[in-house]
Amino acid sequence: MTALKRRRGAAVLAGGVATLMLLAACSSDSSTDATATDEATATEEATTDVAAGCEAYADYLGNEGASVSIFTSILPPEQGLFEQSWSEFESCTGIDIVYEGSDQFEAQLPTRIAGGNAPDIAFIPQPGLLAKLVADGGPVAAPEGTVSNVDTYWNPAWKSYGTVDGTFYAAPLGSNMKSFVWYSPKTFAANGYTVPTTWDELWALSDQMVADGVKPWCGGIESGGATGWAATDWLEQIMLRMYGGEVYDKWVNHELLFESPEVNAAMDVLAGWMKNPDYVNGGFGNVQTIATTAFQDAGGPILKGECGMLQQASFYANFWTNFQEGATVGPDGDAFAFYLPAIDEGIAPQPVVGGGEFVAAFADRAEVAAVQNYLSSAEFATSKAALGTWVSANSGVPSDTYAEGSIDQLSAQYLTDLGGTFRFDASDLMPAAVGAGAMWTEMTAWFAEDKPTAEVLKAIDAAWPAS
Amino acid sequence: MDELLDGLPKLGSAAAAIALFFAALLVLFLIGGRVRGKFQGPVALAVFLGPAVILVTMGLIVPAGRTIYGSFLDANQEEFIGFSNYSWIFETQWGTLTNTILWIVITPIASTGLGLTLALLLDRMKRESVAKSLIFMPMAISFVGASIIWGLMYEYRPPTSEQVGLLSQIVMWFGVEEPPNWILWQPFNNYLLMIIMIWIQVGFAMVVLSAAIKNISSDVVEAAELDGAVGWKLFSRVTIPMIRATLIVVLTTIMIAVLKIFDIVRTMTNGNFGTQVVANEMYAQSFVQFNQGHGNALAVVLFIGVIPLIIYNIIQLRKERAIR
Amino acid sequence: MSVEASEIVILPGPELPEEKSGIKESARRKLSSPWAVVVVVFITVIWTIPTVGLLVTSFRPAADAQNTGWWTFFRNPAVTFSNYAEVITGGTTMGTGIMPYFFNSFAIAIPAAIFPLILASMAAYAIAWVPFKGAVWIFFGIFALQVVPLQMALLPLLQMFNLGWSIGDIPIFPDLNKPGSQQSLLAGTYIPLWIAHTMFALPLAIFLLHNFMAQLPRDLMEAARVDGAGHFLIFRKIVLPLSIPAIASFAIFQFLWVWNDLLVAITFAGGTPDVAPITSYLATIKGSYGAQLHLITAGAFIAIIVPLIVFFSLQRFFVRGLLAGSVKG
Repeated sequence: MTALKRRRGAAVLAGGVATLMLLAACSSDSSTDATATDEATATEEATTDVAAGCEAYADYLGNEGASVSIFTSILPPEQGLFEQSWSEFESCTGIDIVYEGSDQFEAQLPTRIAGGNAPDIAFIPQPGLLAKLVADGGPVAAPEGTVSNVDTYWNPAWKSYGTVDGTFYAAPLGSNMKSFVWYSPKTFAANGYTVPTTWDELWALSDQMVADGVKPWCGGIESGGATGWAATDWLEQIMLRMYGGEVYDKWVNHELLFESPEVNAAMDVLAGWMKNPDYVNGGFGNVQTIATTAFQDAGGPILKGECGMLQQASFYANFWTNFQEGATVGPDGDAFAFYLPAIDEGIAPQPVVGGGEFVAAFADRAEVAAVQNYLSSAEFATSKAALGTWVSANSGVPSDTYAEGSIDQLSAQYLTDLGGTFRFDASDLMPAAVGAGAMWTEMTAWFAEDKPTAEVLKAIDAAWPAS
Repeated sequence: MDELLDGLPKLGSAAAAIALFFAALLVLFLIGGRVRGKFQGPVALAVFLGPAVILVTMGLIVPAGRTIYGSFLDANQEEFIGFSNYSWIFETQWGTLTNTILWIVITPIASTGLGLTLALLLDRMKRESVAKSLIFMPMAISFVGASIIWGLMYEYRPPTSEQVGLLSQIVMWFGVEEPPNWILWQPFNNYLLMIIMIWIQVGFAMVVLSAAIKNISSDVVEAAELDGAVGWKLFSRVTIPMIRATLIVVLTTIMIAVLKIFDIVRTMTNGNFGTQVVANEMYAQSFVQFNQGHGNALAVVLFIGVIPLIIYNIIQLRKERAIR
Repeated sequence: MSVEASEIVILPGPELPEEKSGIKESARRKLSSPWAVVVVVFITVIWTIPTVGLLVTSFRPAADAQNTGWWTFFRNPAVTFSNYAEVITGGTTMGTGIMPYFFNSFAIAIPAAIFPLILASMAAYAIAWVPFKGAVWIFFGIFALQVVPLQMALLPLLQMFNLGWSIGDIPIFPDLNKPGSQQSLLAGTYIPLWIAHTMFALPLAIFLLHNFMAQLPRDLMEAARVDGAGHFLIFRKIVLPLSIPAIASFAIFQFLWVWNDLLVAITFAGGTPDVAPITSYLATIKGSYGAQLHLITAGAFIAIIVPLIVFFSLQRFFVRGLLAGSVKG
């Protein structure tokens, strides 16, 4: 009996020790918090004492020690440039920005919001997704500072993409110029090719390459859970070039059906281009390999001379060093891009399909507003653009921020040219069931299985939500 | 080194949680153990069964109920729309359903068959543990890892250039001049994906069945051998009936795992190229295309698909209990 | 069918001494055939090749890995460790290296292996040895719950952790939302992961442990009860010690399962280095490195090395866990 009692005593003691350990764990947590605050206070003191270099951040002060979480679909290597671009903001304001990128972003964000585990801020690339989230009551309206920044620096069209039902939620962040064709200036020079400036010259050049025994085009639309998006971009380029902005807008709103003669005709043009066995798929094999080639890999054969051109967006500048150590991007470098020419300037002058991210907030704390305001400011856009391979349609970015002759400068030129026909990526504007669903899978089947065009278009129309 | 030090608080918080967990249990046990008399049974039941029942209710039963209810609602889970989601499945998702049925039939049978063959062959061998370990090893690899490993196997390159995928290279060594782009090669791409699951599951089947075979009483085997049963006869008349219960457990376990599998399809093809299965379509509908109604209905189809299996297993379990 | 204690406690494992085998040595030798050896060696080689391909690729220089098959390595061996150096430190591409995720995986998987096994063994004991009405149906119900697709439970659980649950005004689970945000106090901790993994593991664990415990000798329990021992004492002094092999081995299985999980992890923990496990990191580098096979394979090998070590060193226990209750001769 005594033995039993003693053992119980020991057990109680063990329980006590465990509780103590837990308390210790808790207190060590709070002590790290305390250190964090100390550091923040220290930074603040440093700010008041030195202030050098931090004057620009005066508007954002008063949130020392706070933390703001950002959730995005942008992965490394681009992640590092973002973190670098706001490091000064962080040290001057004492706001800690916690960055998280995921290749499952589109699925994860709504899940977390519905589950009440929303990030403070999300960079949303699809206005269609933003509208869906607003309908479910997620995002909070943009703070005043952000509204005035956007009114000052952005074309109203960009503001409208971040607006749902008359309320402005999300300021634009980066912009992608999607109407680019990537090529190798070195190869072009060696073979005496010139950059085409009209639609007809583009096909003459393609045929010239075929005659020279090189596949002129390569492409890849594999992208994990988002496989097919690159193919939707090709269709959008053609739609905007063939019919102009107004028809494009009708198409986005489903006033023009996918089964319409217009879209059928655009698909035929695309079939003569990216499904043309003489033209594709340089370096990878037959047409079908477009469906299994990762979009990140698609440009590789250009540097090896196995493929002539790749239609991809401006952000593709980030990938060339993956293929070849030290590859340079520039008008005389290993890779560069030219503007995908218009079909008929009369129908659509200088057509440009673009994309971008929008900064939506899910919390109305002061530090979150401070970060939103900063991200919509010309100062941030300039600081980020100066790091390269990134463009903003923010007009407050001085044009000399982009290096002379860089791809960024070229992108910015097209994105900010008010004379052109700028339209946002159509699939990103459409409802998710189409823009992130049927359109991706059906276009993939069109390439992979040679599914008949009529069936593809019919299936996409059928997937459009009833309401 | 700094990184190692950074890791310590993480492990510390895990250790603290474990300590707290055991402390809480100890307190419960001390209190529960003092109860005497007619409350002893109910108190014991509450303490022993309570936590598990609460957790299972919150984590599985309530969500399952919500899923069934939600399968009759529209995409935003707002309006009641009857069986529309189900008619959508049976009108547009035949390919997905037939692929899933193929998976459910082929993968468990192939895994169990191959596992049984290996168990029988190995049972007659010395140094069996080396082979068993290697065949069992894929069980320890995550699906993400497995998809990277098998991506290397199925990688396609044009026949004119140097091959990177082993499968293409092997068939070229055997004289095939133009190997197909494996992942696009319908309908065989489905089987190529199933091979990954079989690769993972055969070890499980082999080890469990091997143990069952070794467990067969030697008297039975000797008696059968005296009666002249050898080879196939011994196998079909003695071995199989003796391990029947184990075979059912193995088949059921693999079948349930296959039904819920979506990682392999998601990472290898994302359901494109005619390889879609119900579990992946369910994920896509619920989380990518935001059609909760479709997603829920697909989940219910999965439940219904396994109900016969569950009922069969319950009948078996009841028989065993009756014997006991 | 009465069962002897000795048969239960020592479960058959693959590497148990030969004399445990039912078939006698003489019969064994008689049945061995060279063909069987050939077949087994052939299958073993096929089963191992894919993993060897991963290992070999992870040590090859970038250009080799991208342009030639890994098997050419044996003709032209060129080994580099820089792939591993880049993955471990993060190099120029990734912000942080793989190490924080490595620790997270341990901090998630160890408690998530212990909690469900202890709770399941308690529940299994109650169903098997505490007489009450409906025990059979609770058991069958728990067995049937194995089919609930995980994906469907994610959202309701997330809501519970973050927004709380209540029936009318009665709170079942507190609302832990931080003021001024849509974020829970539990976000950024391991707690939701531990709870979620525990919930999802319980049905199978209870099922297998019940099968094991139900076969413990009735005489032993009755003797203890005659001596005046209550359920709590019997569980602690008799059932738990006898079940330790089964519990420990199933815990290893659960550890591997949690270590390899991706879906639960990205839903409940997100992808930050604070809490995300190594599978999450692996999925990210798969998305980020694109064509850089040499880096993806190096990352993948680091991610599978712990499961492989656990597997090879604790194999016999792991196997026993799978066998607990599932094998009846």
